[in-house]
Amino acid sequence: MSIRDLQQRFCSHLLDAPSDIARDLDRDGDAGLAVYHNAYRAQLVACLRDTFERVWAWLGDEAFEVAARTYIAANAPHSWTLADYGEQFPQTLAALYPQDPECTELAALEWQLRRAFDGPDSVSVEIGSLGTVDWDHAVLRFVPTLRVVPVTTNCGAIWTALAAGSMPPGVERVSAGAAMRIWRVGYSSHFCTIDAIEQRAIALVWGGASFAIVCNALVEGGDATRVAQNAGQLLAAWLRDGMIAAIDTQEGAG
Amino acid sequence: MQNDPVKTFTGFGLGLRPPYYERFLTSPVPVDFVEVISENFMVDGGRPLATLDTVRERYPIALHGVSMSIGSADGLNPDYLRRLKKLATRVQPLWVSDHLCWTGVGGFNSHDLLPLPYSDEAMKLVCANISCAQDVLERPLLIENPSSYVTFAHNEAREWEFLAELCARTGCFLLLDVNNIYVSGTNHGFDPFTYLAGIPAERVRQIHLAGHSIGRDRLIDTHDSAVCDAVWTLYQAACRRFGPVATMIERDDDIPPLTDLLAELDIARALARGVAQARAA
Repeated sequence: MSIRDLQQRFCSHLLDAPSDIARDLDRDGDAGLAVYHNAYRAQLVACLRDTFERVWAWLGDEAFEVAARTYIAANAPHSWTLADYGEQFPQTLAALYPQDPECTELAALEWQLRRAFDGPDSVSVEIGSLGTVDWDHAVLRFVPTLRVVPVTTNCGAIWTALAAGSMPPGVERVSAGAAMRIWRVGYSSHFCTIDAIEQRAIALVWGGASFAIVCNALVEGGDATRVAQNAGQLLAAWLRDGMIAAIDTQEGAG
Repeated sequence: MQNDPVKTFTGFGLGLRPPYYERFLTSPVPVDFVEVISENFMVDGGRPLATLDTVRERYPIALHGVSMSIGSADGLNPDYLRRLKKLATRVQPLWVSDHLCWTGVGGFNSHDLLPLPYSDEAMKLVCANISCAQDVLERPLLIENPSSYVTFAHNEAREWEFLAELCARTGCFLLLDVNNIYVSGTNHGFDPFTYLAGIPAERVRQIHLAGHSIGRDRLIDTHDSAVCDAVWTLYQAACRRFGPVATMIERDDDIPPLTDLLAELDIARALARGVAQARAA
């Protein structure tokens, strides 16, 4: 019997798979195994509580415990860091609460906030530094922590109320195509609800399109004057919110 | 691996835990060094690293890991080692430590400190992994004795014998957790003083103290309470055996006000001082 075989059988015990690891232990090994079996789950439940603190508050202790145990039973950790555990938790909530999408969306929001918290650093472009930008060839670079998650509910308002310890609002549906953008400026993580137009613009920027192409693409989708205003407003909002880390000039862009 | 031994550093420290961040950032804390959980800072950026940088300007730091999985049959994770080396380069720590344990195999990671059999095969495996880590990190490791709740029927060595042999074969050093010796000794029926006597004194660079819980039929290493009298007694014996060694108190749950932990650290200081004075007399 190799040490690999022994370790695999020990892990099988932890994961509730058939295992005869007890035969390799000294007397009373079952009681000791129970300590490890319990500690494995307890630590993962604690990890999920820490990462999804507002979901925990929204669901309550009992329901969150059930969701966490369901998730743990189906998702064994594989990363070296516990910080990676929980990425699929929103999907577990979607399966458990198909009629309550705010649960899934709260979890998705919390996951991205956690990722932004210790994600890559960056310095945001200041509005005052834009004087020399060649807008015909400008390519925006967002801060590396920026993420977008689609939403159908007012999960952001619910999160904010829960974080403040105040009574959360009732669940409300938001307009079709809405999303949350999540990002970090300095050491503060932020989120904001955005519409389908902004989602499309962000996707284009992420795809490497120049700002001129972003503007043209938005024009194709609606009234030219209004969309041009929108593009300007988007740029202003992105600068104001510290979402832009760099504005490069790309030859041939435009 | 660079063969410079880990320089001796004596003093008394605490773990940098989130509830204490603000205090460490805003006013001097009477500790000689700070220990951090390496994995909490093996991140890309954000407030954790900024906090660590500021604390590092004021205190020596020891990096203490929980995820190297030095006893895994899978070998070591290259991405983990790369990130740990990057952190060590940034922090320039007193030393880098992790546990004599494994956390998973076959890609699974339990995130718990699982027990090793103390066999010849395990010795070869752990030595190979320690040597690999020391080569990548370009520094010797400190290996900590874990608390354990089972022992293997085919053990060929006692834990202290296993640790001593690891030091001899790899050049690693030891982080001796006195509470873990007490917990495992109680759980498995060995004499903790015999354990101390079997440890190569010249390899011990740090001591951990902590509280534990009393389970139904085991002591559990929970780090959620004050150091108990029996562990203080064992600590005095460790001071007699090893002389002045950097000592810190671990507290990871039911974390009290910092002043409480500092008062507990003063107990360690007083006991170590008493032993030193007795040795000098």
